[in-house]
Amino acid sequence: MSHWIIAPVVLPAILAPIIAFVMRYDISLARTASFAGTIALAAICFGLTVAAAGGETVSYELGNWPAPFGIVLVLDRLSAVMLLLTSVLALVVLVHAVATGWDARGRHFHALFQFQLMGIFGAFLTGDAFNLFVFFEVLLIASYGMMIHGGGKVRLQAGLQYVVMNLAGSTLFLFALGTLYAATGTLNIADLAQRVQGLPVEDAALVRAAAMMLMIVFAIKAALFPVQFWLPATYSNAPAPVAALFAIMTKVGAYAIIRVHTVVFGPDVPVLSGVVGDWLMPVALVTVAIGAVGVLGASRLMPLLSFSVIGSMGTMMVAVAAFTPATTAAALYYMVHSTLSAAALFLLADLVLARRNGDRLRAQLPTVQNGLFAALFFAGAIGMAGMPPLSGFLGKLLILDAMQATPQMTAAFVAILLGSLLTIVGFARAGSVLFWKSTGLAPAEPAPNPDDGEPQELADAPAPAGVMSVAPTVAALALLGGLAIFAGPVSAYLGAAADQLYDSSGYISAVMGQGTEG
Amino acid sequence: MTNGGSLLPIIALLPFLGALVPGLMIRAGRNACATFTAVPTIAALAMLGVLTPDVMAGEVLKAEIEWLPQLGLSASFFLDGLGLLFAFMILGVGLLITLYARFYLSGDDPMGQFYTYLLLFQGAMLGIVISDNILLLLIFWELTSLSSFLLIGYWKHLPEGRQGARMALAVTGSGGLAMIAGMLILGNIVGSYNLTDILAAGDVIRASDWYLPALILILLGAFTKSAQFPFHFWLPHAMAAPTPVSAYLHSATMVKAGVFLMARMWPALAGTDAWFYIVSITGLITMVLGALIALFKDDLKALLAFSTVSHLGLLTMLLGFGTEKAAIAAVFHIINHLTFKAALFMTAGIVDHETHTRDIKRLGGLAKFMPITALIGTVAALSMAGIPLFNGFLSKELMLEEAAHTAWYQNDWIVPALATLGALLSVAYSLRFIFHVFAGPARDDYPAHPHDPPFGMYAAPALLCVLVVAIGVLPGLAYPMVKVAAQAVTGQELNFYLKIWHGVTPALIMSIIAVVGGALLLGLHRPLARAWNAAPRPEAKAIFDALISALVRLSRGVTDGLHNGAISRYLAIFVVSTVGLVYVAFSGGTLSPPTREMLPVPPVVAVGYVLLIASALLVVLNHHNRFRALVLIGVIGLMISAGFVYLSAPDLALTQISVETVTIMLLLLALHFLPKTTPRESSVGLRLRDGVIAVAAGAGVAALAMVFLLRDFDPISDYHLANSYEGGGGTNVVNVILVDFRGYDTFGEIIVLGIAGLTIFALMEALLSGPAARRLRNTDYSRDRSRDRHPLMMVVATRAMLPIAVMVGVYIFLRGHNQPGGGFVAGLVISIALLMQYMASGFGWTQTRQRLEYHTMIGWGVLIAALTGVGAWLGGAPFLTSIYGYIKLPLIEKFGLGSAFAFDLGVFLTVLGAVMLMLYSLSRIARYAGETVNVEPMDYDPSGKRELKKPEGE
Repeated sequence: MSHWIIAPVVLPAILAPIIAFVMRYDISLARTASFAGTIALAAICFGLTVAAAGGETVSYELGNWPAPFGIVLVLDRLSAVMLLLTSVLALVVLVHAVATGWDARGRHFHALFQFQLMGIFGAFLTGDAFNLFVFFEVLLIASYGMMIHGGGKVRLQAGLQYVVMNLAGSTLFLFALGTLYAATGTLNIADLAQRVQGLPVEDAALVRAAAMMLMIVFAIKAALFPVQFWLPATYSNAPAPVAALFAIMTKVGAYAIIRVHTVVFGPDVPVLSGVVGDWLMPVALVTVAIGAVGVLGASRLMPLLSFSVIGSMGTMMVAVAAFTPATTAAALYYMVHSTLSAAALFLLADLVLARRNGDRLRAQLPTVQNGLFAALFFAGAIGMAGMPPLSGFLGKLLILDAMQATPQMTAAFVAILLGSLLTIVGFARAGSVLFWKSTGLAPAEPAPNPDDGEPQELADAPAPAGVMSVAPTVAALALLGGLAIFAGPVSAYLGAAADQLYDSSGYISAVMGQGTEG
Repeated sequence: MTNGGSLLPIIALLPFLGALVPGLMIRAGRNACATFTAVPTIAALAMLGVLTPDVMAGEVLKAEIEWLPQLGLSASFFLDGLGLLFAFMILGVGLLITLYARFYLSGDDPMGQFYTYLLLFQGAMLGIVISDNILLLLIFWELTSLSSFLLIGYWKHLPEGRQGARMALAVTGSGGLAMIAGMLILGNIVGSYNLTDILAAGDVIRASDWYLPALILILLGAFTKSAQFPFHFWLPHAMAAPTPVSAYLHSATMVKAGVFLMARMWPALAGTDAWFYIVSITGLITMVLGALIALFKDDLKALLAFSTVSHLGLLTMLLGFGTEKAAIAAVFHIINHLTFKAALFMTAGIVDHETHTRDIKRLGGLAKFMPITALIGTVAALSMAGIPLFNGFLSKELMLEEAAHTAWYQNDWIVPALATLGALLSVAYSLRFIFHVFAGPARDDYPAHPHDPPFGMYAAPALLCVLVVAIGVLPGLAYPMVKVAAQAVTGQELNFYLKIWHGVTPALIMSIIAVVGGALLLGLHRPLARAWNAAPRPEAKAIFDALISALVRLSRGVTDGLHNGAISRYLAIFVVSTVGLVYVAFSGGTLSPPTREMLPVPPVVAVGYVLLIASALLVVLNHHNRFRALVLIGVIGLMISAGFVYLSAPDLALTQISVETVTIMLLLLALHFLPKTTPRESSVGLRLRDGVIAVAAGAGVAALAMVFLLRDFDPISDYHLANSYEGGGGTNVVNVILVDFRGYDTFGEIIVLGIAGLTIFALMEALLSGPAARRLRNTDYSRDRSRDRHPLMMVVATRAMLPIAVMVGVYIFLRGHNQPGGGFVAGLVISIALLMQYMASGFGWTQTRQRLEYHTMIGWGVLIAALTGVGAWLGGAPFLTSIYGYIKLPLIEKFGLGSAFAFDLGVFLTVLGAVMLMLYSLSRIARYAGETVNVEPMDYDPSGKRELKKPEGE
């Protein structure tokens, strides 16, 4: 049995404490270790993605206990893609954090960063519902630590809301797991799938309640209406690299819905009819609207970006909620895109805001490198709004095309296209004020009054961003371009991942096949 | 060439690759920059030239590169007559504009950027006309919106430029989005996104139920792009762009994209009543309205802009007629409009450039100062007016001819009448362009002294004028091109002639009426303009701006209203929706009857319940007094522990008690720095609401628990009971589950604890380096402090207890695998002992006596646990596989030892380290708050032998 599957969890779990207690007085040492670890993780995740390409679902029984009695890790195409995406994003974010010096603005950045990765990887790999809860906790507490990295009143306030909302979600998660265990007697996902499918119809109430609770729990993570409230303040006030890394955190929730609500509570399970499918779609549609309206109405840059993340989560979940292999494949493509484009925008926003007085959308004297930032913002906005030539457009086409075969086609078309329009207009307004209008101000004119209540203080003459500071943003945008150019092979992989997902018998036999006699 | 199609992707790609160059070449100077911009265009033109003979011979060249087969998107291109015509127009005019812009742009304008945008736009346009896949076409379509946004907003320091760019993007962008929907539906009807397939499937499309939605959505795209009424208003505002941009976008390219699309989709979509009425009515209204507004515009470019709107309406109307002759007229007029309109825009640019004004009221008599420009302008404007011997006349005749026998709803005079009116107005504004700008007496109050520009600047429009006259005199020149393009539009073999004299036809009469009427109208222009300006008119920009800002205000209101920052509200929404949704889900299924009996409630248990419920209620009532609330929470925790004992879960009870103790102690320490009471912040109504929500949620959870506690189920835990000793080496199943069966969960949980410790530490460091530290220092906590900080009794008692507590901890740790206990509880027990020590004797004193560093403890804890897991790899077993055996040491009994023991040690260390790090962080805050550090354990030396050192501040 190959132990590589668990490497994405064990490697950061070992590295992080070493960084925390051996290297905590030397930032260079910590950076080196963090880089080495993240690069190794990216290589491992790439290897796993290649390994999963064959289509075999691999299960790894921790402690050598047979499923469902011990905990299993499961690697299939879907988890592999999530791992790869996370590790690539992590590398991009790490370069930015180091190049801009964010990591040195508080304690334990790199340790928390590695722990964060560990939590995310663990959540993507696990084949056990309770273990998913554990890793939700790991990534929640690590993300809270990272979110408040560097401190500051507003950030701490937002951080509190973030952690409170998510702890409420964790509580509900426990209720859900308790109910599920009481209804089925197991928490192994494959075993759950078997038992739920075999459940008599007259005994469905408990499982239905559990499925709904789990959906709400995951919806909190995925920032879907009506539990999206934590996101704008969190993303707006988190340190930029952290906000960029958080682009994957919403996807953890989406992933959990995709995984649990197809394998366990699949659309074809009779006892669950009308539980999730009926509700997830309207929820996703409203989320698209909230995101788009938020982008258009934003008066600050960071909330604008945050709402665009909500909108893209909504778009993605519209496709997920249709629960067909084609829509899921489209959703996965869009998810990869949405993660990278959100990251690009948050990293760029950091570069810009470090040279501006506050993130309020109004004209100020142009910053250094105004042209460069404007070009990058244009590209990032194109990505987020889903315009060509970047991958968002293809993602949106994939989703819309796949939605044509579903009964919710009209609603999906209207929501996604109108949402795109509002997003485009919102981004155009913001970009034009930030980067164009500023050029109309005469340099002699005294700078506008400093923003009220803005935590940031502007240095006398902000230095131009160096190559290494800009590189991560450019890299993220280039990845979007690459994703568009290589849409064919990427989409083929994701399509295969979706097919694998909907053929849950492969998953079940991979996990349960070896140990049922034990 | 047999394989000519392979050139097509290269042609499509060239402008995009070329776009990278000007931005760099500007460093070599403006001429180099312009030259290098022309290179890709010329190269593409040359390749197109190579392909022309094949296309003219009726061949359709194709090339296909697979891109995203799952979607049906491929990078496939094809070139037929229509594509060829447009490609020539786009590239040819692009080249002329490159030349013209070199002289037009001033030294202050970033020319490299300009040419980059221009090439991007050119590439996008070119892509539209040679795409053989409608999804690919959509990509290029949206790219034109984006690149035109950059071009229109090129003068980014001018508000008009920015607003015009945004308006164009919003209008054409929304049309583009509608078109996406339409194209997807169209593809779904046909079963292919391949344009060739779609064009061949016209009958299937028109018979489909989805035909009308697809048609309307696609037409929305075309109408917005081609500025058809009521979406025409963006075009004049796009005139804020530099004139070369206007000349390019509004003569040959951007606005023609919509017309192109209608022509392209003609075989698939035309031929129905819906198409006929929607398209021709829209076109005719646009034509008349555009011409009418154009007549009263004083800004030269605005006049041309509205005349463009009008001519686009003409083209749309012709395509809407849906007859072959109309298609021929449309194709021919596309060519003619391009030649005279580009020339006119450039002329307007020259006038603006030389006189520094575009206001017709301030111009006139320019013919004397700039004769060449006047000649060019006059020729082009006469063509626009449709005067014989200029090419505009020919296509206008064809148009009027078609209009003359077109009936709307059996009414056969309205179309000819309105078409004549449009032509009449067109004559009027064209003549106005000539007479009010160039003719008339010379003035001496021009803002700048006018003269003809350098050759480079008028070369391009002059060349176009040559074409205007050449085609006007010898229409046969354009015949092959028109024929092949019109055949491509209609998809049929066409036989026709282009000639000047058709005899006295209705069209000629209408034309004469138009010319005479137009001239008369111009004569009456002054009073008419006065009336026009006095009449109230809807101002499109004001409406659009109001609409957008209303939308923004609404959005802002909705967003701010929803996200008001109150966590209580967010939680309320979360709880209400959860209760509601779970109830709906639950009640959608049925439930089998309970299988268990309710148990009797013994008096002791009843007391426990009462205590539990009462303290919970008291917490709610007393939460404003934080200390009291904390005490009550302690009671709740203890009652829960007692519950665990009663329900035979000693491990849980032990853990609960120790967790409870540690938390309460840490909270007590933290309370010191917090206000003693919680202010009342919410109204009675709000509290009532929250109360109802809380009770509903609590009742829901209780009901759910009740439901599943009353029913038997078949859990997997039998396996754990059976295998605990055999496979896990321990008789305490709970512990074996924790460190072995589900050791991975525990591994995760200790990491959570470790991260919490690190986070609290980091948070404290951040706090103490921020403004909070100042507030801490300035707050006077002295009144809250006990005068006897380290009471003798407590110091002595804790010190006596320490070894005992440690002993208990070790005992609990060691017995854990077989009896209730384990690393987690042990860690907590020892941390309680140490906590007590710190609280009793003070941080400073205790700290000097404790050598282990907390970070290290957490680190080692996690590492030991992880390495224990990794160790299993050496044996070829999965992570965290345990091994155990029995060891016999002298003096003591044989005992079992397993790798789980090491894992548990990791758990123990992490727990201890995390708790102590939290304590350390609290004590750091205390010292910032002015707490003194004691060196001695007590303020009072019980031995009385020496004077105590004065406590000193940090």
